[in-house]
Amino acid sequence: MHTKQFLIAGVALLAASSMAIAGPKPAGGTVSGKVTYEGTPAKMKPIDMSKEPSCAKMYTTPPLAQNVETGAGNSLEDVVVYISAGAPDEPAPSTAAVFTQKGCRYIPHVLAFQVNQEFKIVNEDQTSHNIHPLPKLNREWNKSQPPGTPPITEKYDKAEFIPVKCNVHPWMHGNFAVMKNSHYAITGDGGAFTLANLPPGKYTVTAWQESYGDQSQDVTISGSETKTITFTFKAKPY
Amino acid sequence: MLNIKKVCLNVAVTLILPAFAMAQGDQSPAAKPNPNMESHVGNLTGHSKAGGDLYYRYCWGCHGARGNGDGENAPYLNILPRNFVAAAFKCRSTPTGTLPLDQDLYNSIARGFNFTNMPSWAALTAQNRADLVAFIKTFSARWVTEKPGDPIQIPAEPALTVASIKHGGELFQKLECWKCHGQEGRGDGPSASTLTDSNDQPIRPYNFTSDNRSKCGRTNQDVYKIFMTGLDGTPMPSFADVIKPEEAWDLVHYLRTLQVNNSSPELTLWESTPEGKEIVAAKKVRNTYTGSGIIP
Repeated sequence: MHTKQFLIAGVALLAASSMAIAGPKPAGGTVSGKVTYEGTPAKMKPIDMSKEPSCAKMYTTPPLAQNVETGAGNSLEDVVVYISAGAPDEPAPSTAAVFTQKGCRYIPHVLAFQVNQEFKIVNEDQTSHNIHPLPKLNREWNKSQPPGTPPITEKYDKAEFIPVKCNVHPWMHGNFAVMKNSHYAITGDGGAFTLANLPPGKYTVTAWQESYGDQSQDVTISGSETKTITFTFKAKPY
Repeated sequence: MLNIKKVCLNVAVTLILPAFAMAQGDQSPAAKPNPNMESHVGNLTGHSKAGGDLYYRYCWGCHGARGNGDGENAPYLNILPRNFVAAAFKCRSTPTGTLPLDQDLYNSIARGFNFTNMPSWAALTAQNRADLVAFIKTFSARWVTEKPGDPIQIPAEPALTVASIKHGGELFQKLECWKCHGQEGRGDGPSASTLTDSNDQPIRPYNFTSDNRSKCGRTNQDVYKIFMTGLDGTPMPSFADVIKPEEAWDLVHYLRTLQVNNSSPELTLWESTPEGKEIVAAKKVRNTYTGSGIIP
């Protein structure tokens, strides 16, 4: 009996993974919820861009640093929520993720893509940037991108969270989240996330915030139900 | 029927188990450094076994017993010793993000790194240095899973002309080299004071007027390689995608004229023009805090 259940789970997994490559994703369970904080988060400092007038003039008030992004109701934005265990590794999709440098900031602040998925880096500013991601597991490179030059296309072959910086403009700071599978989300307004199309199984859901680290919770999906979970990070005032 | 079940079970197990075992961020378990490496430099073949004896005599005090740059001297050094486990190297003839050639590492050991605590090891025999290159490659699995990058192609150096120097100067502006290196190449650009290397240590951009050779060699070809490959692990990026090879030589010619305290054919030619003479004379103002301090 036990064997049979296991067998069914295996076949379901097989079917799910092969269909994910071939065509429309099968309906499955959903994990959704919210990422919040408790305590007092550090006050984000306004960025002084006076050394780069072409960027400074794009803002009426100086933009804030983005190490912690809070929203209404103690919500945390730009948190990566992903399936860290329970889902098989998936081949990379053919579409490229896009990382834009605009107003001497990175848009989005956190860009998630899969292992071996191409991503494009675009410079929309009137100044030279250099893109210097600082991986620990992947290859470290550092490329210059003057205004008006074509996008830089790259990919990473290992899953990792990678801080990105521009040495010319030291306030520029972003993150790459290199994921093993397609089940990931980045929290937006209100700290909400949704991981859809999860085949039945036992999963570990992890939330990662660049300043607060990560948290995990186990979730079991048995059909097409929606499970709601909440991650609460302890905010530090400094 | 039972057999089919067994096969299915196997499939299920092989599919599910690895998925549970590998959490996000885990390193691939397959790749391990190879303790037996060779290096090939010209006619020499270096062997890691011989290199290990040399390493544990000359190198480990700074680079550490495990090659991760945490030797007992490391805390006292400004510009930390290279971490051979990360296997990112400054002086390469290969594109940014790729492994260097054996020849690049061999040259680095002989040359030493100016402005750092890495001395020249030219006193070792050529065979010793080749052995050390082989041993350095035993620290990182990257030498097992990756091959060195294809060396960048350097076209023959065109004739030196004033037009070439001037065009190089335009590139220096356009590519915003001055943001770090400063308008006069003194290493005092607006971003200079904020620079850190990949160990989060402060690092200074090269001061062209300092009358010192750069970290990665003193020939025109070395200068060409520095900005086309970038110095990995430092803020210096690669310009390979944005500078055309023929334009790159113009930039090399211009950079030589910034080295106002280092005689070169480029500087001589530049000083022979009225415009250049004035610029160089103005730059040679001494005893400023960024100047070289040499009284002419």
